[in-house]
Amino acid sequence: MTTLTKTEDAPAPTGPESFLSVRDLKVQFSTEDGIVKAVDGLSFDVERGKTLGIVGESGSGKSVTNLTILGLHNPRTSTVDGEIVLDGKELVTATERELEQLRGNKMAMIFQDPLTALSPFYTVGRQLSEPFMKHRGASKKEAKDRAIQLLEKVGIPQPKARFDDYPHQFSGGMRQRAMIAMALMCDPELLIADEPTTALDVTVQAQILDLLKDLQQEFGSAIIFITHDLGVISNMADDLLVMYAGRAVERGSVREVLGAPKHPYTWGLLSSMPRLDGDINEALEPIPGSPPSLLNPPSGCPFHPRCAFKDEVPGTLCTDSRPPLGEGRASACHLTAEQKQTIFIDKIQPRLR
Amino acid sequence: MSDNLTLPAQQGSAGTSTEPLLKVEGLTKHFPIYGGFPIKRKVGAVQAVDGVDLTVGVGESVGLVGESGCGKSTTGRLITRLLEPTDGKITYAGQDITHASRRQLAPVRSEIQMIFQDPYSSLNPRQTVGSIIKSPMEVNGIEPEGGQEKKVRELLELVGLNPEHYNRFPHEFSGGQRQRIGVARALALQPKLIVADEPVSALDVSIQAQVVNLLKKVQDELGIAFLFIAHDLAVVRHFSQRVAVMYLGKVVEVGDRESIYNRPRHPYTHALLSAVPEVDIDGTGPNRERIRLSGDVPSPILPPSGCRFRTRCWKAQDKCATDEPPLVQISGNKAGHLTACHFPEDPTTEARDEDVVMDPALLALEDAAESDTVPTKD
Repeated sequence: MTTLTKTEDAPAPTGPESFLSVRDLKVQFSTEDGIVKAVDGLSFDVERGKTLGIVGESGSGKSVTNLTILGLHNPRTSTVDGEIVLDGKELVTATERELEQLRGNKMAMIFQDPLTALSPFYTVGRQLSEPFMKHRGASKKEAKDRAIQLLEKVGIPQPKARFDDYPHQFSGGMRQRAMIAMALMCDPELLIADEPTTALDVTVQAQILDLLKDLQQEFGSAIIFITHDLGVISNMADDLLVMYAGRAVERGSVREVLGAPKHPYTWGLLSSMPRLDGDINEALEPIPGSPPSLLNPPSGCPFHPRCAFKDEVPGTLCTDSRPPLGEGRASACHLTAEQKQTIFIDKIQPRLR
Repeated sequence: MSDNLTLPAQQGSAGTSTEPLLKVEGLTKHFPIYGGFPIKRKVGAVQAVDGVDLTVGVGESVGLVGESGCGKSTTGRLITRLLEPTDGKITYAGQDITHASRRQLAPVRSEIQMIFQDPYSSLNPRQTVGSIIKSPMEVNGIEPEGGQEKKVRELLELVGLNPEHYNRFPHEFSGGQRQRIGVARALALQPKLIVADEPVSALDVSIQAQVVNLLKKVQDELGIAFLFIAHDLAVVRHFSQRVAVMYLGKVVEVGDRESIYNRPRHPYTHALLSAVPEVDIDGTGPNRERIRLSGDVPSPILPPSGCRFRTRCWKAQDKCATDEPPLVQISGNKAGHLTACHFPEDPTTEARDEDVVMDPALLALEDAAESDTVPTKD
């Protein structure tokens, strides 16, 4: 491997200490047009108290993965294969009843759009209290106290008065804060945040991200943070998983993946992103083409139709065989380690400075 | 509205005339709110845009940034006259079009085109791509050399689509391709000014860059002036020579790109720039200041008195509540760099000695984390 690799920092793939471990997860939806392979052989681990970032474009399967972890997929239209183990408990084969006891209790989710994720029919306070009463058997009074305490913690002014408000009386940023408070009600050990700040303005986004980071320090939850924004993820995550067409294409710590990326798709993402301190006269370098349809994904490496470096790989390797993603710090690409390093240093890195 | 406004000087304008292509003075749009029973009366107004001054030169690209609800899209719609202004004046190429009638507007409309945010709802699903791009020419009775169909094919080629796809329907295209169709439609009448309202924010990162590059190419090659409305500061920086920052219906700071991004003076511009998430590995990037505002943007129905940013500003004093700061050139600023602030910040984005954290929850958590470094679990 290259000098840039630091295998000891990489998440231990089969380590017994990993809190959540996903192995060879496959999620397929049958639609009128055929079978959509939304997630196709995905493996990752999350450690306690750590944040795993998942980046990818729309349709790369990042949200489906996390809905599957929570068991929120529709069992009638989807088939799930593989293994999801949360703290020693297998979730793929778990019954609905068992999942119910975990959801909102041991694992909780922060959704992208707080206006549609909160029910307009019930007060914010009631929605916060409900999981606490159900999972912990708390009384109404205890749940209310806990809710008010958390609303205050996430920065809702006058939480006592706001407890009886409806979601529409909250502003966008406050709704997302309420969502975070709701997710934290039962002190979950795993928090899944699916694009939690995409619907918010930049200044509010900055507040919410810092809040989440500080809350994680206090609560010690493991977080899976899903986003398409590399800037957001570089501030939030410890480890990073880059997804493309339902598969992980690169994995490693945030420093490794964003500092010395090894997959042409990650290179493309980084160089197509405008930066505040970049050279204005240099045109952005977009990834040509558009993401593939998952109904009929390309053969071999799913990225090969858009890849600028497939000519460097001998023969028809890229179109014929799917590159495997190794353990630890790895990228799923047929380029050799030396090739990756020279291409990155010669062609990609100068664009990022 | 204050009277002592200095209009930004023309910069980076490629045109030969000194007259700006578009000049907006004191532009105001209040949407009335009706209430009461049984007779509905006007009980208030959403002050979406409240006294905006802006100029766009020939062939110049001006960025308009701000958070949602600050009135940037309304400003774009007022300029294209899709909305009727409440007050103020819009001058296009020396002609007052503020309240121009449909007939008077007809020749102007073909010169001001718009690109919309959502490529899914801005294209008629029942029309083929060909007829979508052709219809502006039909409406305006323009017969280009070689016929409309040939022109459509040229346009499709220009925006990077296959001219053979002339007879396809919008649903057969991806988001990025649809936005290209929107660009082709805007170019059909050879406009002089394009108002692009968040043209890339609905697209994926890798596709965003394609469309930004396309717009840049169009601007360079065809010399079209752009009013580029967006909330993404990095994209605007890449595209615009001059940038105006809006907050709650007002322009708080305007200037050339270098001034706004490297020498901002208004506290809001500072906050906005510091909030942009940037990929910074190993801390090799410039050490930027950290400002975290509290709460959200106040309601434009009852905006704060005086300076509208004062409720979230860390420098606010009594004067800010009573006197509205005029948009003027502050000493030390370049010509054309105007700021509306009584107590401007230093012109730098470097990290300060102490972070500005206005958010009470954040402050409490950070203080707690500082006092005992061992995180406690409750």
